[in-house]
Amino acid sequence: MTETLTKIVVDCSTGEQTIVPLTAEEIAQREVDAAAYATAEAEREAAAEALATLKASAKAKLIAGEPLTAEEADTLVI
Amino acid sequence: MTMELISTVTVGAGGAASIDFTSIPQTYTDLLLQISLRSNGSGSYAEEPLFIQFNAAGYNSSWRLLNGNGTATYSSTGTNAEAGAVTNSVGTSNTFSSTQIYIPNYAGATNKSWSSDSVSETNSAGAGQTGQKLTAALWSSTAAITSITIDALSTNNFVQYSTASLYGIQKGSGGATVS
Repeated sequence: MTETLTKIVVDCSTGEQTIVPLTAEEIAQREVDAAAYATAEAEREAAAEALATLKASAKAKLIAGEPLTAEEADTLVI
Repeated sequence: MTMELISTVTVGAGGAASIDFTSIPQTYTDLLLQISLRSNGSGSYAEEPLFIQFNAAGYNSSWRLLNGNGTATYSSTGTNAEAGAVTNSVGTSNTFSSTQIYIPNYAGATNKSWSSDSVSETNSAGAGQTGQKLTAALWSSTAAITSITIDALSTNNFVQYSTASLYGIQKGSGGATVS
């Protein structure tokens, strides 16, 4: 049996709290929003990984006395 | 300045996918939402995002987030009203995230800025395992805020003993003037 998703609704004017099932539309929207979040999170992680790679390369080149690319230099110079 | 509890919620044994504060009184200056959450979500990470909606208008706040964990920091932006982190089932057992959301001038007729200070809790360092998130956001609506909804991710639930408390902040009338 599929568990029914519910929300707690608090009426701040009376203090009454009720438990209400989510509608199919609400559930569908949550899944769309979750997919959008997953996409954005993957992009963030990829960007962070790319930056870390550039920084490591820039550092190695500095130590070896080799020229940096403009992208590598951007990670070190503010 | 005075701070008054408007309403508080504690999630019961059945869990809750959302907590919705409605009919918020319009008599305060600012609002403060204090939240302690854990979800039944799972996956690679010990935390997942907390989402916030105003007036059931969807996730349409633009924000910038500063995140720090045990090994790194990063900054990111978005428009889906991420308001902080929720410790999930991957995190240390019986451990809940802690989030404070401040909404100044919520009843006014200008766009609504809000800020969040959130920390997920787990006994592990590294990306996605635990972190502190500072968020600065803007809900681009001139409508007064009459309801606030906090949502778990996707079809996940906030588990039992998760809590959310809404406070009204009233500006004071006294205080010294420094010249």
